[in-house]
Amino acid sequence: MDTLVQLLDATIRLSVPLLLACLAGLYSERSGIFDIGLEGKMLAGAFASAAAAAATGSAWIGLGAAIIISGMLALVHGFASITNRGNQIVSGVAVNFIAAGTTIILGQGWFQQGGRTPSLPPAARFGAIDLPGAEAMRDVPVLGPIYSDIISGHSLLVYFAFFMVPFTWWVLFRSRFGLRLRAVGENPAAVDTAGISVTWLRYRAVMITGVLTGFAGTYLALAMNAGFVKDMTAGRGFIALAALIFAKWKPVNAMFACLLFGFLDAFAIRYQGAEFPMIGRVPVQLMQALPYILTVILLAGFIGRAIPPKAGGVAYVKER
Amino acid sequence: MAQAAIELKGINKSFGAVRANRDIDIEIPQGTIHGIIGENGAGKSTLMSILYGFYQADSGEIFVKGQKASIHTPNDAIAAGIGMVHQHFMLVENFTVLENIILGAEGASLLNKGIAKARSELQRLEKEYGLEVDPDAVIEELPVGLQQRVEILKALYRGAEILILDEPTGVLTPAEADHLFRILRMLKDQGKTIVLITHKLREIMAVTDNVSVMRQGTIVATRKTASTTVEELAELMVGRRVLLQVEKGKAKPGDFKLSVKNLTVKDGRGVTMVDDVSFDVRAGEIVGIAGVAGNGQSELIEAIAGTRRAESGSVTMKGKPIDVTGTADPAELRKRGLAHVPEDRHHVGLVLPFEENENAILGYHDDPKFLNGAFLNIDAIRSDAREKIEKYDIRPADCRLRTANFSGGNQQKIVLAREMENDPGVLIVGQPTRGVDVGAIEFIHKQLIAMRDRGKAVLLVSVELDEIRSLSDRILVMFDGRVVGERGPDATEGELGLLMAGVEAQEAAE
Repeated sequence: MDTLVQLLDATIRLSVPLLLACLAGLYSERSGIFDIGLEGKMLAGAFASAAAAAATGSAWIGLGAAIIISGMLALVHGFASITNRGNQIVSGVAVNFIAAGTTIILGQGWFQQGGRTPSLPPAARFGAIDLPGAEAMRDVPVLGPIYSDIISGHSLLVYFAFFMVPFTWWVLFRSRFGLRLRAVGENPAAVDTAGISVTWLRYRAVMITGVLTGFAGTYLALAMNAGFVKDMTAGRGFIALAALIFAKWKPVNAMFACLLFGFLDAFAIRYQGAEFPMIGRVPVQLMQALPYILTVILLAGFIGRAIPPKAGGVAYVKER
Repeated sequence: MAQAAIELKGINKSFGAVRANRDIDIEIPQGTIHGIIGENGAGKSTLMSILYGFYQADSGEIFVKGQKASIHTPNDAIAAGIGMVHQHFMLVENFTVLENIILGAEGASLLNKGIAKARSELQRLEKEYGLEVDPDAVIEELPVGLQQRVEILKALYRGAEILILDEPTGVLTPAEADHLFRILRMLKDQGKTIVLITHKLREIMAVTDNVSVMRQGTIVATRKTASTTVEELAELMVGRRVLLQVEKGKAKPGDFKLSVKNLTVKDGRGVTMVDDVSFDVRAGEIVGIAGVAGNGQSELIEAIAGTRRAESGSVTMKGKPIDVTGTADPAELRKRGLAHVPEDRHHVGLVLPFEENENAILGYHDDPKFLNGAFLNIDAIRSDAREKIEKYDIRPADCRLRTANFSGGNQQKIVLAREMENDPGVLIVGQPTRGVDVGAIEFIHKQLIAMRDRGKAVLLVSVELDEIRSLSDRILVMFDGRVVGERGPDATEGELGLLMAGVEAQEAAE
């Protein structure tokens, strides 16, 4: 029972950066701008938050810095792919390279710790919050551990991430902005002839993506860890993209996809080097590869056809 | 005369060196249906896009109901009471009808009120104009006729008093087109002004009150429809006399060249598109296949030409079998004398970024006369291309020009020249005049008749009923994958139309 509770608790923690990045990608891709640069924006956000938090001692300033830096990278992607109608994949890859390189150079230049930022004190991080009644509930059978240990005791950013799921659904399917966002990703000409600016709509989507990747990066550096380590995103931006496809660009599906990938990650960490009945010792590498293997299997066939937004990846040009 | 709903004065618009619109003056009276006719590239769509705020005119003035209007965006046009139904529908395919109608006119930042208002407004429009459509249906599941109705409703929902329709019948069956014309007349009776852009003379005669003819960016004439004729309009459009009816003698059919037996073809999703089809095409005759697009004609000719695998059935050419269910491949079939002009010249028939001379030999590029050992013989290719340009009057006469820069009619001539000049025994032609100007149509039709008279077997697929009727010696009608009837060239349009709509032959005869 304890093991299971620990496993699920770790699942939540590990799925949050995926979820934030996945929702970030959802806004951009629903508007017709593919974003392979989630990884880079997340990494830059993580570095910005850790550096700002180290300098000021404030987690909130760290978050603000991350949002600004990730948002700026998002605007670079937007400028390249919306205004200049460039190739969205190339632009996204460029963002990843910029982030991977500059975080290390600036980190070494500013802090001289081999690309790390200094370890942050608790005040400069987003610490765990106990939800009301968590202690009192602890001894209730079944519900107690679920509430006290799995649901309670996470950082604010975790609750923010899960709040964003229904909120994103509501924006997408119940608001004017969401209707236009979905429309512009399917048929930008329809949006244009309805008298709505395709460019401005897509820029707004890309900016939301930037803000949310800033949150994702902040979570990595200021909640899951106590500072920035080089390449700390470790491919999470790409897993988030896989989760987005797996979720068929729908927010609630995205949450479950990210929880699944988070669970696999938690499982791999928990059972590293463990002996299994019948199978014996499973090599660490195989356990670590598990989430990726599953991604390939799921994407290769189990989810049926995932149809991306029809205008995705294509810059909008009026006829002629 | 009633007040003018729209008046355009001195409109000019250039795209680079191309002057798409030159000093356009036009006056459209309130409560009339005004046709604008012209060949492709005459500037009709550009003019209407300026009126709808999609493009900016370089100079000129627009008056709406006597007031000078400055229309810079579609929003301005909508505010001035102008609505447009585009040639390619501006609908989001996976949205519902309601969602499409409110897009851009949602009312508030949340959708619930806008949806509710649109729903009741839609019921009112339905009552007033008889434009029925299920508001919760998803667009991609609706037939094109209904999709077009949604476009009209979209404009009416925004309070349009002036409705522009750009080539509205290109995707419709004859019956659907007639229905559309009834709707347009009713809208006119309600006081709306309608501008109908088309290149089909028949439609102009059927529904408009006045007609303006455009040629090379200018309005060459405006006539009352009642006091003009199809011949006059055609001449005005092209700038010279045009023979609308092809002159041809009686066919002298010879032996069977192409014989199709029990052919069944499925598409990529496993849906049966061609269902147990059998027919013969004899030497010296043109067999036309009529039908609304999507009833299996495309799959049928692709299977015969070897670009799509058939499920079952057999095809023989000059008595020898073509392995349509197995190894038939277009290159081998070409060598055996089967030429194929594909329906979609942009995606299948041509490589648009290539130079003209390269496209002129595609598929025949391994002919020894174009080769120099392992290399292409560029000189031979270009001189061959120049000969074809001369013979088929392809303009501009430049074999080094990128194919994308030729007009639709000239691109089609490039394909026809390539396929006809190799002297095939059997010619399969899909949509030979789709997007082709009236002048070029005349030329292409003459070439097809000439092929027939030289004793070739021609299989023609077209969604243009006029074309089928004027060229074919026998007409097969396809509906839902089956051949539902065979008629002679004297079959009436109504008779064929009913067959195309799937009404059984017996009922059609009654």
